[in-house]
Amino acid sequence: MAAMVLVVTLALYFAATVSFLAYLLWPSKVLSKVSLGMTAVGFAAHTIALVARMVGATDVSPPDFHEALSFFSWMLILVFLAVEFRHRLHVLGSFIVPLALVSLLSAAALPDPAPTLTPVFRTLWVHVTLSMLGTVGFAVAFVAGVMYLIQDRLLKSKQFNTLYSKLPALDFLDHLSQQSIVMGFPLLTLGIITGALSAEFSRGSYLNWNPEQAWALVTWVFYFAVLMGRLTMGWRAKRAAYLTIIGFAGVLLTLIGVALKSHGPVS
Amino acid sequence: MHIVVVGLSHKTAPVEIREKLAVSESRMGEALTRLCSYQGVREGIVLSTCNRVEVYAVVDEIEAGYERIQEFLADAHLSLSSEQLTPHLYWHQGDRAINHLFRVASSLDSMIIGESQILGQIKDAFEAALTHKSTGIILNKVVKKAISVAKRVRTETKIAEMAVSVSYAAVELAKKIFSDLSEKTVLLVGAGEMAKLAARHFIASGVRHVRVTTRNPQHGLELAERFGGTAVPFEQFREDMTSADIVLVSTGAAHSLVSEDDVQRSVRQRQNRPMFLIDISVPRNIDPAVRHVDNAFLFDIDDLKARVEQNRGGRLEEAEKAEWIVVDEVKVVRQWLQSLEVTPTIMALRTKADDIKRVEMEKTLGRLANLSASERELVEAMASSIVNKLIHNTMVTLKAEVNSSDGAAFVEAARRFFSLGDPALSLVDENAASASETGSSSHEESKDVEAMIPRAGSKRPDH
Repeated sequence: MAAMVLVVTLALYFAATVSFLAYLLWPSKVLSKVSLGMTAVGFAAHTIALVARMVGATDVSPPDFHEALSFFSWMLILVFLAVEFRHRLHVLGSFIVPLALVSLLSAAALPDPAPTLTPVFRTLWVHVTLSMLGTVGFAVAFVAGVMYLIQDRLLKSKQFNTLYSKLPALDFLDHLSQQSIVMGFPLLTLGIITGALSAEFSRGSYLNWNPEQAWALVTWVFYFAVLMGRLTMGWRAKRAAYLTIIGFAGVLLTLIGVALKSHGPVS
Repeated sequence: MHIVVVGLSHKTAPVEIREKLAVSESRMGEALTRLCSYQGVREGIVLSTCNRVEVYAVVDEIEAGYERIQEFLADAHLSLSSEQLTPHLYWHQGDRAINHLFRVASSLDSMIIGESQILGQIKDAFEAALTHKSTGIILNKVVKKAISVAKRVRTETKIAEMAVSVSYAAVELAKKIFSDLSEKTVLLVGAGEMAKLAARHFIASGVRHVRVTTRNPQHGLELAERFGGTAVPFEQFREDMTSADIVLVSTGAAHSLVSEDDVQRSVRQRQNRPMFLIDISVPRNIDPAVRHVDNAFLFDIDDLKARVEQNRGGRLEEAEKAEWIVVDEVKVVRQWLQSLEVTPTIMALRTKADDIKRVEMEKTLGRLANLSASERELVEAMASSIVNKLIHNTMVTLKAEVNSSDGAAFVEAARRFFSLGDPALSLVDENAASASETGSSSHEESKDVEAMIPRAGSKRPDH
């Protein structure tokens, strides 16, 4: 049943993505409403799928990578809907919904059945959830950064097109990006700590320098530097936008590291 | 009695001349009194803005009136002679004068067509004229009509929407850089008209911190006061740019005042907070190389105009529509003015009295079928006599007052007392009423009414 609902979710996210991308090109209120409606219904289906999976899990087996990615995608949409509700920022959907779709799709595309993450321990739930929440923050920061650079470019080149009129003010995007990192960073920090703890319990060492852990640490240091740079050296606006994009590349590499570990040859 | 206008505007005179003629608010009373002291000038109102100085007046004779007003204008400044002014002036009378006023009020004659400031300036000028009792029944009605025409143009055409144009475009661009303008600081460099208009727009859009700098410190202080901001010494404004999120530059300088380095330094000191620079000067006062500075967004007048072009489309058609409204309304006023002429009024009164007499006679004589011819003549004579005696004094007074300053008021009064109906008249009243409903307070209203009542005792100087 959960699998069926997940397929429905995927279909709805896909349709919403297409419609949201079309919305970028045409000034149409109908398109934004349709896209938003499909996203909301998709989100409801997604929620049902996640709840069904949790209820269905009789044991306390830790989440597999599928679920982690699915949860990530669900949180992304949740954040989008929250921002949309507050600021009526339809255009954000054109960036976030595709991202959510891709992460949900990549979860589905992974070889099945996926082996569960190796260290079987209860705290793994906490580790995965926190890390994924942190990742959601960085993903939103990344999206805001991309939007910032687009708007910056449009303003500099004086191209006042449909996209220009839909994108919000630069300082709003800068602020959104900053807030997302500020919220994501402590979550990722906790995620890394709980990860290290569970590694200690399951393998006897906090750190064994596999690609996943290495990238996670590099990413953490990077975002720490980004935050500090903003506070002390005025790393904001355009530079901050570039940095959040680079940072998110690090996040993706970490995720790929995790995926390879649980699904790929190195496992 | 003729309505005339003599004046100059941004279309006919350079700013050096316009600023010499400008009448400040504090000197308006004195100017109006002086205007009305000229022989043959019955009513007068002075409209003085940065873009125009115009005198509207009701005069006895057109040519003499033109000369008096030109003298009045030349007297405004010691270094000006009447001849020097001639090439910059325009003179209109009658319908054309009214048409001109309506076009000015509707912002069809403005530098930025459709801007709304001019309407407020006309209201201020009218207010001053009412306070100093320099207008009478004719100008009161015509100016009120101009205000209602302007409102009609604004509601019935899209001219205002698009027109606020350049300064609107500046605000709209700023909103794509700053989401909340209320916390932002605008630095106004120079006192160019467009920049001031833009500054006004920013304030209307929520900006609360305004800093002003001009070469002339006194002028800077005045402007700062007007915008509720602070004045900055001109020599220091480059350093002050650090605290400015929006920099509006519009000076008469022939070279650039702000270099790439200046902006680069400001952005660095602002820790890369974005800056929005608007250069409305021609020639430009901000080095175009500033475009290459990260987090600084420079727009010059052409960029803004390009944005305006994109916004508008049917603007010319809207202006055309507005012109037709003006022509329409001038006709209405002309009809009303014609009704104020004495001869047609007397004739109308005569006709009305005769009509009443005839109808009543027919009614009465119809019932008195047995009267002899001589008795009938007697009754007719009595009716004629009553009617004539009733209207006699009115007609004599009208003829006697035709040349007095309140002549028009007497005519209007006679028309009302004897309901010598004129559709144009009621229309004017209606519009004026609706204008005061939306625009002015009841306090102003009562003043208006007071000004319209003929004041037998009140004498204007030297009449």
